[in-house]
Amino acid sequence: MGAPKAMMAEPLIEPAAVRALGLDASRMTKTFGSLIALDDVSFTVEPGSFHALLGENGAGKSTLVKCIMGFYRAESGALRLNGEAVEIRNPRDARALGLGMVYQHFTLVPSLTGAENLVISRADAPAIIDWKKEKQRLADFLDRMPFRAPLDVPVASLAAGEKQKLEILKLLYLDQRLLILDEPTSVLTPNEADEILGLLRGMTDRKEISVVMITHKFREVTAFADHLTVLRRGRMVGGGRVEDMSTGDMARLMIGDTQITTRAQRTEQSTGATVLELVALMAKGEEDKDVLNCVNLKVRAGEIVGVAGVSGNGQSQLMEVLSGQRPLSDGRILIRNQPFEPTREAFFKLKIFGLPEEPLKNATVPRMSVAENMAFRSFDKPPNASFGWWLSAAPMRARARELIAAYRVKTQSPDTAIGDLSGGNVQRAVLARELSGDVDVLIVANPCFGLDFASVADIRSQIMEQRNRGAAVLLISEDLDEILELADRVAVMSEGAITYVAPIGETDRATIGMHMAGHA
Amino acid sequence: MNDGLITTVLIALLGGALRVSTPFMFVALGECLTEKSGRVNLGLEGTLVLGAVVAYATSYHSGSPWLGVLAAGGAGAVLGAIHGFVCKLPRVNDIAIGIAMMLFGTGIAFFFGKAYIQPTAPRLEPLSLGAWTGDAKLATALQINPLLIVGVIIAFCMWWAFANTRWGLLVRMSGDSAPAARAMGVSVDLVRFLATAGGGFLAGIGGAFLSLYYPGSWNQGLSSGQGLMAVALVIFARWNPLRCVAAALLFGATGAIGPALQSVGVTQGYYFFNAAPYILTLLIMVGSAGSKQAAREAPGELSITK
Repeated sequence: MGAPKAMMAEPLIEPAAVRALGLDASRMTKTFGSLIALDDVSFTVEPGSFHALLGENGAGKSTLVKCIMGFYRAESGALRLNGEAVEIRNPRDARALGLGMVYQHFTLVPSLTGAENLVISRADAPAIIDWKKEKQRLADFLDRMPFRAPLDVPVASLAAGEKQKLEILKLLYLDQRLLILDEPTSVLTPNEADEILGLLRGMTDRKEISVVMITHKFREVTAFADHLTVLRRGRMVGGGRVEDMSTGDMARLMIGDTQITTRAQRTEQSTGATVLELVALMAKGEEDKDVLNCVNLKVRAGEIVGVAGVSGNGQSQLMEVLSGQRPLSDGRILIRNQPFEPTREAFFKLKIFGLPEEPLKNATVPRMSVAENMAFRSFDKPPNASFGWWLSAAPMRARARELIAAYRVKTQSPDTAIGDLSGGNVQRAVLARELSGDVDVLIVANPCFGLDFASVADIRSQIMEQRNRGAAVLLISEDLDEILELADRVAVMSEGAITYVAPIGETDRATIGMHMAGHA
Repeated sequence: MNDGLITTVLIALLGGALRVSTPFMFVALGECLTEKSGRVNLGLEGTLVLGAVVAYATSYHSGSPWLGVLAAGGAGAVLGAIHGFVCKLPRVNDIAIGIAMMLFGTGIAFFFGKAYIQPTAPRLEPLSLGAWTGDAKLATALQINPLLIVGVIIAFCMWWAFANTRWGLLVRMSGDSAPAARAMGVSVDLVRFLATAGGGFLAGIGGAFLSLYYPGSWNQGLSSGQGLMAVALVIFARWNPLRCVAAALLFGATGAIGPALQSVGVTQGYYFFNAAPYILTLLIMVGSAGSKQAAREAPGELSITK
């Protein structure tokens, strides 16, 4: 515990050989009502280390760093920076002490240019900005940095990787010497992620900065971090040097004793005829830009085709087109060689079901009850309705009870508003609705985003089961591991088009990554 | 002959643009400032009317029209501040509050304004910039109100400040991405409060123009919706202060179509031509609804664009 003695007397601003900050948070406790978000957690970051903070969703990682950054005040616990006790009451205090954070969502202002974003982020931004002088200073600053980003165009027009670099540059520009990164690579290609993390690792090796990275990607931990701390349900359950631990150890620490339902096994089967065929799909987004640029893909019965890609390359739009939320500007969707229009009638007749991303927003009405939401596909059909318009609540509720039990949806009653359920349970409720009938085509997008291990295993096994039963499954996912686990064939989507398709046995992570980045 | 008529009409349009555009300009600049910070203040119509009566009353009692202008600005700032304050309370909708403030502003203006319908207050004197032309009509058209010049200067200052000052960047930041501003320790509510109060100040000055220059008296039908049209004008001007000035001049010119045609003897459709600014507003709203350019330049935090 504690920073080396030599660091103690170092003044915060003066450049020294070791500029990185050491952080020591001890015995932090934070409760929200009856929920104990952090339970006596101690956490030490040595100066110049690259520290990974691992844990499932809800394990308390974000709460811990938000307490450190001054967004929350811990009920008890103490913070030391380079051995000196400090009090951080708000984010401004944290910033003044040299602590900076990169959030999952970008905090750059989209309509401002990179230069404007950097200058205005300074606490001492001048009242009247002399752009000539500031531009010169920024150029000098960039010369000292290991990487750069365009500064003269509005941030809105930058690619995700450039924005992420600019976020990090902003912290370095503000002379922050302990950077906390909250899942920094979720919007990047594997190559971009490796590049940025590698550069940061270089800076920590030179003792210029310390890094704390919240992540759940073991690969990034083993490749870049030197220390790690694992949280589970608000407690610190383990940690140490990365080289002393295997990914198996990390997974055990993260999950604990939670029982994981056994995965549905992939049955070996010969795939059937082509069921879902996308032919030259085109769609326009804002400003008449082509968001789908000639998407061609076939999905056969009894196989899962996984669509990989970096967030924002048209996957959401593809899902919207398939579920009827966005019009096609050209191309057609064929189901068993018949043209398909995404209408309620056609979904019902052709047995097409789906789980869109963010189901609370895209597949439910949050304020309606679980039972009502579960009846969206069938409320106007017997036994829920007579004559097609006279609805009866009792059969809907009875059916909802069955589904709630079968899919282990945790809800107080079928009459609870679906918006009050946790993310995993909303996902299960929608899956229950979509999978309860006879499924011919299943289209899912990011089905496990933000869920805990148990729900993830559960939902993936449901998807696999549909495949085994002979459904054609299109899985659009930004989680490459999910695709590698589930898919029979992998397709890569880049800039609105499918740029690569290969059977899962004939490709690997690196090849897919290359295509995701558009360099192949 | 025909040429002479056209010239007369054009001069009348120019005169109209210079004469009646000022309140549009001030209200639009005020709304531009408020909307840049991420809030819509629909109450500026009420601010305009209240500004008019306060300016008239102050000028009448003190004998100084310029004091009236300042008082009108102050009254507008107070109305803006109320809007800004109420809007930062949780779950308050700025559009609804704006409509309430509009009714409140016109209401108290009519209440206190009853006594000032009859008396005559000292008015703002025009600057004659057209004497050199030697043309009587042109000289009349070029009689410019000093507030017009002040408005143009303010527009240039705002345009420059949005790009070159810390305050300008903070306003744009609050208007485009409140989470980013908060993460930086900026109090978004304070920025919007001040921007709304500042916007109210400008709109109040617009009101002073109505009662102290043109038409130059106080009555209840004084504004006839100019404050509301100015809000539409900001969308048309795509949140750029310089374009606000151009748009205000265009509105002024369309407002002068009716009188200009009348002056050359075209009396048919007089009321139709008087409705030109309203028709223009409608067309602008329809046109800009589909404009992707406008959508891109809109501040991201506005409740109308979300």
